Amino acid sequence: MNALDVQNAVELRAVRKNFGKTEIIRCADLVVPKGQRFAIIGPNGAGKSTLFNLISGRFEPTSGDILLNGRSLIGLKPYQINRLGLARSFQITNIFARLSVFENIRCAVLWSLGYKYAFWRSLDRLKDARLRAEEVVEQIGLKRRRDSPAGLLTYAEQRALEIGITVAGGAEVILLDEPTAGMSRSESEQAVELIRTVTHGKTLLMVEHDMSVVFGLADQISVVVYGEVIATDSPAGIRANLRVQEAYLGTAQELQR
Amino acid sequence: MSFLTHSRLHVSGAWLIWGTYIAVLIVAPWVFHSNLALTVLSQIGAFAIATLSYNMLLGQSGMLSFGHAVYIGLGGFIAIHTMNLVVAGKFWIPTSLIPLVGGLGGAFFGVVFGYVTTKRSGTTFAMITLGIGELVASSALTFPGFFGGEAGITTDRTLGVKIPGITYGPQIQVYYLIAFWLLICTAGMYAFTRTPLGRIANAVRDNPERAQFIGYNTQIVRFLVVIIAGFFAGISGGLSAINFEIVSSENVGAAVSGLVLLFTFLGGAGTFVGPIIGAVVYALSYVLLSNITNAWLLYLGLIFLIMVMYAPGGISSLLQMNLRVVRFGQWHRLRLAYLVLFTAALPLFFGVTTLIEMIYALQLDVGNGTVTHVYGIELDVAHAVPWMSAAGVAILGAFTAFQGARYFKVRWDSVQRDIALSMAKAAA
Amino acid sequence: MEFFLISLLNGLSYGLLLFMLSSGLTLIFSMMGVLNFAHASFYMLGAYFAYEVSGKLGFWPALFIAPCLVGLAGALFEAQVLRRVHRFGHVPELLVTFGLAFVLLEAVQLVWGRSAVDYRIPRELAGSLFTLYTTTFPTYRGFMMLVAVLMLIGIYLALTRTRIGLVIQAALTHPDMVEALGHNVPRVFMLVFGGGAALAGLAGVIGGNEFVTRPAMADAVGNIIFVVVVVGGMGSLGGAFIASILIGLIQTFAVSLDWSFAGTLASLGIAVTPATFGYPVLKLTLSQIAPMLPYLLLVLILIFRPKGLMGTRED
Repeated sequence: MNALDVQNAVELRAVRKNFGKTEIIRCADLVVPKGQRFAIIGPNGAGKSTLFNLISGRFEPTSGDILLNGRSLIGLKPYQINRLGLARSFQITNIFARLSVFENIRCAVLWSLGYKYAFWRSLDRLKDARLRAEEVVEQIGLKRRRDSPAGLLTYAEQRALEIGITVAGGAEVILLDEPTAGMSRSESEQAVELIRTVTHGKTLLMVEHDMSVVFGLADQISVVVYGEVIATDSPAGIRANLRVQEAYLGTAQELQR
Repeated sequence: MSFLTHSRLHVSGAWLIWGTYIAVLIVAPWVFHSNLALTVLSQIGAFAIATLSYNMLLGQSGMLSFGHAVYIGLGGFIAIHTMNLVVAGKFWIPTSLIPLVGGLGGAFFGVVFGYVTTKRSGTTFAMITLGIGELVASSALTFPGFFGGEAGITTDRTLGVKIPGITYGPQIQVYYLIAFWLLICTAGMYAFTRTPLGRIANAVRDNPERAQFIGYNTQIVRFLVVIIAGFFAGISGGLSAINFEIVSSENVGAAVSGLVLLFTFLGGAGTFVGPIIGAVVYALSYVLLSNITNAWLLYLGLIFLIMVMYAPGGISSLLQMNLRVVRFGQWHRLRLAYLVLFTAALPLFFGVTTLIEMIYALQLDVGNGTVTHVYGIELDVAHAVPWMSAAGVAILGAFTAFQGARYFKVRWDSVQRDIALSMAKAAA
Repeated sequence: MEFFLISLLNGLSYGLLLFMLSSGLTLIFSMMGVLNFAHASFYMLGAYFAYEVSGKLGFWPALFIAPCLVGLAGALFEAQVLRRVHRFGHVPELLVTFGLAFVLLEAVQLVWGRSAVDYRIPRELAGSLFTLYTTTFPTYRGFMMLVAVLMLIGIYLALTRTRIGLVIQAALTHPDMVEALGHNVPRVFMLVFGGGAALAGLAGVIGGNEFVTRPAMADAVGNIIFVVVVVGGMGSLGGAFIASILIGLIQTFAVSLDWSFAGTLASLGIAVTPATFGYPVLKLTLSQIAPMLPYLLLVLILIFRPKGLMGTRED
């Protein structure tokens, strides 16, 4: 581990993932520098969500290494990875349906504030937990729905809550899996603003399909096709990249027809 | 008609509720003072601690266990052995604190068995608890020193270390001991729901995967909940040991586990007070229902099935929903609908229960002749006429009940829609 | 030697009976995600129905009629009750099958009483199949093994060779897709549940007269098949087979063996007296702890191999 590694928040080295005999990720290499906003795009079925699942510990890679701040994540369980400072959101809304919005966020801050498995302290007396949770609830714009059961929120509200749960714990590396999926144009714009605010100063790694969101937010973009990273560049560079155009739109000859 | 918001009710309401609870516990034996009543009240008290502890697993953490009796019963065994040690002069602890010993015993076994059972979650966990329950129950005959063989372990509750003036001879003294511990346990378990671990247990219930991704090892969360629930279950077992002065292998068996599950669910696993309601229903069923009919367990099972299908939140959720209707001023719209539903269901009820009672008379009382009394009517089960009539009433009843249910559902849904609209308007 | 062989055969026949039951349970679980708590109750129903039918029409008609009746009851339950609860999640599903088990137990006690009924092995199958040295192997046990093996071959062929079997296999992992292709998935589920119940009923028909037919029989075997399913690995038929045979053999052998730690130590020259530490445990014989063994196996598997012997599903 040299000084250069610690500059990178997340690093994938020759990562492969097979499900049975099917190769989903075929040798993925990725470097996400600290403090950057990084987007992963690619056609459907390219393996983007699988990459996320590998980084966050939901799956184990078949081979290769995944590093968080220079430290290998292989073999670690999701909760261990989270405690190292990486938090993720989910493509399909994954909230605590029977708890209120406020309680959802409060749960997300408990471990990071050191309360762990305490059963001898009253939750309501934990001022720092309450203040931090109120802060995040306000940030995600759900203050008026503070006491509603999360399961009763609208879709866009739940997506906002999803982001809130992800960032509440104060993780330095945030993974957002299609945060604007299923949103209208105006909802997406609001979501982008929210993401920009809550990930200020942190490392953001994002899977997205909505190109306006990607080009509006990302500092760097990686394109994943058939389980491989075929290009990593600034947004302008990606737009001009021929291989990327081919992957999305077919070959140049097909375009001219 | 205005409605009370959750937060307005919150603070002043809390004192009122706890105050009423304490008052009821103190006053109950003055109102119901027959010996039978005292026995029933004592049973309710001990069983309520058991169901409340079970709901820490089921309602609070989403863990369905078929073997909770293990912690109740083993806690009881530890308690009763301790009592006998005290009587033999080998140990000193006041009888009033024996339930605490039971609790520690329950917690100990919570550590031992919880470690194994919480290795898996969900459906697999449920089956493992069944297996562990059987393991303990089947080991009862193997370790007669601890389990007392077929007869169990007995004790005399009046012989321990006592507070002057209290002998625990009269049932009323035992009742107040149980009431005291019930109050402490209720407060303790309620406080638990408002601790970090308690809230995270809720999170694990709602979404175990997400709970991992906010930094929690869900297996440890569940393990800790089992231990704490085992503690309170053991207190219940200890109280039963004092109350009945005997603990046997039945106390760890599947029958008790099943009853705890049944009545917790019946009372309502989704609220804190549901299990207490379940305990009341339990004692009433055991004492009253079992005297009215021999098939009372069958009826309970059928009610349970109907509840799972149509009211999975139990009695407390039904109460909650109807109280909400009252709060929103819509009760007058449902009054008639309830009456219709009730009347429409009566024939089915009479028909089915008559058939069941007749079957029972046929099978059991063959020696006593074939005439039985159902609802005051004399029926000769050897003849076809009573059978045909009962079956006819039942079939007719099924039809009317179905229609009545449809009528009710239309009105219920309409009321719910209007309530939802009012709530949306208020939130906007 | 003869003890070993006879116990082996007895253990195998018992294990096959366990597999008949646990295979149905595994199939229902794999297909529908429902753990049928009432599976052993269908076993009990099969025995009681067979008792009634064989009393009136003879054993051989009962062999066919009783499982059908049980299958019908199962299908009815699935259509009217289970389906309604399906959308509430897995816990209510398990609770409703638990309720069914409870109700069936009470109903059986209501109709037939609490004591055992006299359901007998038919005369044609009584007697011994062959004699090994001095011990006889009962014909009926051989018949049980035959029925079990035939049943399993039948299931295998039905699932892999028939059209409905392929639909069931597909509905196992992709019910929505199968429905989109025009198959009536709810009907498939009803078929699977009813079929599983019928298989349990068949096990009851052939097991009920060998082992006693009484209300407690459901509990006795029910707990063991759950152990089988967890030990073998949830959702694995192969694992269920291995676990069934294993537990069948363990229980059959253990019941007749008087080994104990104390005895073993004594044969090694170490004296064990009542004063020795842990004497109550040391002097336990295998036959004494035989009822506990399946559950001890469960605990061991959970500690060392939580997924089960051949587990495929991690829940």
